[in-house]
Amino acid sequence: MLRVTSPHTHSARSTGQLMRLVVFATLPGVVAMTLAFGWGSLFNVALASVSAMVFEAAIMRLRGRPALFYLRDCSALVTGVLLGLALPPYCPWWLVVTGSGVSIILAKQLYGGMGYNPFNPAMVGYVVLLISFPVEMTQWAAPASVLPESQSLVGLAEGLKQIFAGVPVDGYTGATPLDVLKQNSGQTMAGLYNSDPTLQAGMLAGAGWEWVNIGFLLGGLFLLYQRVFTWHAPVAMLTALGLTSALFYSSGSDSLGSPIFHLLSGATMFGAFFILTDPVSSAVSTRGRLVYGALIGILLFVMRGWSNYPDAVAFAVLLANFAAPFIDYYTLPRTYGHQKARRATEKEEH
Amino acid sequence: MLDLIVQNPIVSALIALGGLALVFGAVLGFAAVRFRLEEDPVIQQIDDLLPQTQCGQCGYPGCRPYAQAIANGDAINKCPPGGQATINSLADLLDVEAPTLDAEHGEESDVKKVAYIREDECIGCTKCIQACPVDAIIGAAKQMHTVIVDECTGCDLCVEPCPVDCIDMLPVETGLNQWKWDKPAPIEERPLNIIASDRGTTGEAA
Amino acid sequence: MGSLIKVWDIPGGVHPPENKTQSLQLPLGKAPLPPSLTLPLNQHIGKPAKPVVQVGERVLGGQLVAEAEGIFSARVHAPSSGTVSAIEDRLIPHPSGYSAPCVVIELDGKDEWVPLERCEDVNSLSKSDILDKIRAAGIAGLGGAGFPTSVKLNPRADHKIHTLILNGTECEPYITADDILMQTKAEEVVAGSQLLAKLLDFPEKILIGVEDNKPEAIAALEKAAEGTEIQVISFPTKYPSGGEKQLIQILTGEEVPSGQIPASIGVVCQNVGTTVAAYRAVRYGEPLVSRITTLVGEALETQRNVEVLLGTPIEFLLEEHGFNAKKASRLVMGGPMMGFALPDPSVPVIKTTNCILAPTKKELPPPQPAQACIRCGLCAEACPASLLPQQLFWYAQSEDFEKLEAHSLFDCIECGACSYVCPSHIPLVQYYRASKGAIRLHQQEKEKSDRARRRFEFRQERIAKEEAEKAAKREARKKAAEEAKRKLAEQGNDSAPRKSVDPVADALAKAQAKQQSPEVQRAKLERSLEAAKSSLERARQPLEPSEPGVEVTDEQKEKQKARIKQAELKVQEAEKKLQQLTQDAQAPESKPEPEAKSKPDTKAKSDDPVAAAIAKAQAKMNMSPEDKLRSSLESLYKRLSKAEEKAAAAREAGDEKADALQQGVDKLKQKIADTQKELDEQKPSTVAEPSSASRHNDDVASQAIERAKAKAAAMETMSAEDKLRAQIESVKARLEKARERLANAEAEENENVEAFRTGVTKLEDKLQQLTEDR
Repeated sequence: MLRVTSPHTHSARSTGQLMRLVVFATLPGVVAMTLAFGWGSLFNVALASVSAMVFEAAIMRLRGRPALFYLRDCSALVTGVLLGLALPPYCPWWLVVTGSGVSIILAKQLYGGMGYNPFNPAMVGYVVLLISFPVEMTQWAAPASVLPESQSLVGLAEGLKQIFAGVPVDGYTGATPLDVLKQNSGQTMAGLYNSDPTLQAGMLAGAGWEWVNIGFLLGGLFLLYQRVFTWHAPVAMLTALGLTSALFYSSGSDSLGSPIFHLLSGATMFGAFFILTDPVSSAVSTRGRLVYGALIGILLFVMRGWSNYPDAVAFAVLLANFAAPFIDYYTLPRTYGHQKARRATEKEEH
Repeated sequence: MLDLIVQNPIVSALIALGGLALVFGAVLGFAAVRFRLEEDPVIQQIDDLLPQTQCGQCGYPGCRPYAQAIANGDAINKCPPGGQATINSLADLLDVEAPTLDAEHGEESDVKKVAYIREDECIGCTKCIQACPVDAIIGAAKQMHTVIVDECTGCDLCVEPCPVDCIDMLPVETGLNQWKWDKPAPIEERPLNIIASDRGTTGEAA
Repeated sequence: MGSLIKVWDIPGGVHPPENKTQSLQLPLGKAPLPPSLTLPLNQHIGKPAKPVVQVGERVLGGQLVAEAEGIFSARVHAPSSGTVSAIEDRLIPHPSGYSAPCVVIELDGKDEWVPLERCEDVNSLSKSDILDKIRAAGIAGLGGAGFPTSVKLNPRADHKIHTLILNGTECEPYITADDILMQTKAEEVVAGSQLLAKLLDFPEKILIGVEDNKPEAIAALEKAAEGTEIQVISFPTKYPSGGEKQLIQILTGEEVPSGQIPASIGVVCQNVGTTVAAYRAVRYGEPLVSRITTLVGEALETQRNVEVLLGTPIEFLLEEHGFNAKKASRLVMGGPMMGFALPDPSVPVIKTTNCILAPTKKELPPPQPAQACIRCGLCAEACPASLLPQQLFWYAQSEDFEKLEAHSLFDCIECGACSYVCPSHIPLVQYYRASKGAIRLHQQEKEKSDRARRRFEFRQERIAKEEAEKAAKREARKKAAEEAKRKLAEQGNDSAPRKSVDPVADALAKAQAKQQSPEVQRAKLERSLEAAKSSLERARQPLEPSEPGVEVTDEQKEKQKARIKQAELKVQEAEKKLQQLTQDAQAPESKPEPEAKSKPDTKAKSDDPVAAAIAKAQAKMNMSPEDKLRSSLESLYKRLSKAEEKAAAAREAGDEKADALQQGVDKLKQKIADTQKELDEQKPSTVAEPSSASRHNDDVASQAIERAKAKAAAMETMSAEDKLRAQIESVKARLEKARERLANAEAEENENVEAFRTGVTKLEDKLQQLTEDR
């Protein structure tokens, strides 16, 4: 007879299942990216996932743990997929492998593995690559709809050549809308939307990009519906981003971008639903997650507006990761039977 | 005079430094008097960590004297009743490396024990009463003695003086009131379970 | 009846599969009589009951077998007739798997009962009557915790109860015991509620809370409650809304403050089963000897609710219901969320056994291996107490008790919702339980060590104080000796200093002196006799100035003065005579005796009351000789007892000198006895001259003293016990030594071992005899 403590029953959810759901939910975004930028993103995702899992298995072997058991929680897979989605399409293979190595070894396993990493592993990998290889990391493919009539998206073979042999394919990269806004000198918002091909081809925030963001939004809503995470962090982040951008909005030449532009360009939705919601490195209580999300939203706008990195989701998230324990400290929930929460601070999310 | 000071850097520096020294000296002196501590607070802190068995196995006549000795630099590994846990917390407090228990002073026992007097054999010599550091034995001369079990620290000091050897150190009875759930084994230390599920079973072998 | 009560929501909660239909397919059954019943004495929270039956005694159904020990306890009754076969430790249904005292009854199958005291008109009973009946029936909470019901229904006077809540929630999956009870005994639930309401001075609201997954029970209750003030409230099914605190929050929106009981916010919550049991106890006089238990799980052929006698072995019940041990993964008492796995199926059903769950491995698979916590926060979402389970888990792992308490670990109700949702399968609740236990033990140990420290420090202090006192006494003794010497030297000198030294010290000095060799002793005694005389004189001198303070009338003063002079002379003469007498008798010890005794007193009496006493004593000399003698004897008697008192006091204070003092007193007594003999010889002469009081003052005085000795001697026989005790002591000491010797001899395998042994036995016999005499 078993003698275990209660409860004797358990919900069907397991960590591995949650992780697989996350991977599944990236599908709309992945599809949008593939449609917009070609096969590159898929290559990235595949390569990053495989290498991340290999690194994970190797480290677990080194640590003398059963590798298969730990691979089954799929956390390495998620890290790989997210990193792959964050990297520019058609970037060299070594960039992807280096990135996943940094993510898994440096950011995750060296801190103790699953559940112990203070920073989001995928974002650490991304930031290390961005700082170390700025040229490769800023070569974003241009979305299909802005390519000239004669050109179609990079083919499978060409893409592979570029990835593995480093043979560049000319004319396929372009500035992202965020870059355009950053490098804007003297043009009003309306002028920008008329002059930049990407923005011109799109409806709200640039061709391709808006659909990618909408794809990730859909995936995120699916995860919310599946109760994989709570709404607090993403909603707080999007609200904060929208509000701050609205606050600083002007349509003139010094414009920092409209709220809708910010919400639908760059890695906004990807970050909101797939990076912020990494539970390990975020704040824990619901109130804490509101603060955490809002902090990222504000940081994101500040960096997009005034820093040298046009899309700063990774930096914003890492900074907020730093702050998470501090946020936790001040946002303990009010426990049943207590007059007020311990060490509560004033609400500051709005 | 002022000119001399202003113009002579050495003199002005000396005066400035000397003045500062005087001021700080005064402040420190005042603080030393005003905020003087009657007793070294670290002794109290050490004493709080010691198990208060007052057994004297450390070589000092009680826990407080040993706390004083530790504060004066004695080794922290002389307390068998406290065991490694006490040594660790002492090391933590004093910010030193935690040594292992000095076997010279006795061995750590997992089982908490208390003294029991076999009462029909007791001759009422009061020797154990005199030995008990916490007055946990009651009785009078030529009268049977008995141990107040709740107050007994299990220090063992009464066993030796008993002329008829009627004191036993018995393990404390753990009843339902003392029972508690065990902490689950740390996640990392369940190789059997992990391997079982590694094979792809649903954990039935666990 | 429209409910006006707003139903609130609780934070968190989970929705595990309900699994309630299996056991509701069959109607409520009745378990057959088992061959024997095992009744644990502690089926409730609080002190175990105390058995009031003997092994071998025949008991009838409903008979009291164990009486409650104090208020926080509950009685135990025999559920059927039979013979008490054992009162011993048996395995009890408890997660520890420990054994505890149980009364075992072999049933005879006749099921004969003691007559029950029915009460046709419940409303006529007073509150205390109802409470007494509930207490007498041994009712404890049937919901799970087993809190003695009478305690709960008797809230503190300053807790005004405004809401009575009947808990029919039964939120745990599988369990339907309360459901079927509410369906079948709705009237009794309602009647019981009214009864409890009376006990609580008719609260404003009486609510029966039922989850909305029990429509039949709700319908039955609503029908029964029609026309009463009782409201049946249904609310959405969610685990753990049946927790007392949670139910209160659902029905009132209020929270029970941390660390307090519901009564502190004016709410009392009772399980419906308990309510019915309380009602039946009052109405029919039925003690709590049976309960409804759900038998459920795929490993059983028949799943249903049964009314089962307390003490029925679970094994027996399972067999009756076609238990397949091979299929079962575990046996759980209680529900799958909070129940505990039974250590062994032989344990009995107790008051809190609401369900016995025998699931198959498929139904409730063994727990999966735990993975790392990913801080997903699902547990925090599920927690009905709004705790942060994952933080608690971290701190529990690292045994950071301070942080655990800061994170309100003790507000955890151990409902298991966090463990249930944890995707990493971490046994969170077990961590919390272990930590709670560890913290409690830690606190107990801390308390104990603090107490030990205090006791140790107190002892140190006491020893230091004793040392100081000893030193002071030693000093005083030395001083006294010096004083005596000096006085001897200064004899006749008027400028005698006033004695302010402790009389005990003096007595001690004397006692010590007596222990020296006879020659020295005699010399010393003579000297001290002189000193005594002079001191007597001196004692008289301060009488005059101090007289105003004396509690004697003016007339007496005059008389006294005259008498004192007379008496003084007499005393002196008497002393001289005494000296002679003792010298003649060559009993040096007997002579100093009275002086030794009188001296401390005279010295002590250098102050007013003492002087007065002397005056009185002397005044008595003017009475008839016999009377005088008697009175002087009395005073001597008093003095001796005083000396004894002092010795006793010294002993009590733990003084070392106490022994010396006592010895002195003992010796004095012996000497008194000796002199008494001599005195007896002289007696006839004194008796022969009873009338010539004035003429024979000298003789009379001395005789008076002799008589005093006689009386003292008489008293000495009275205190034979003391002597006996001393004797016993010495024998014991000898015995002790003899034993030691015997032990040594045995260790050395000495030839004389036998001799030693017989010596010891002899001593033991003697000791035995002496103690018997005493």
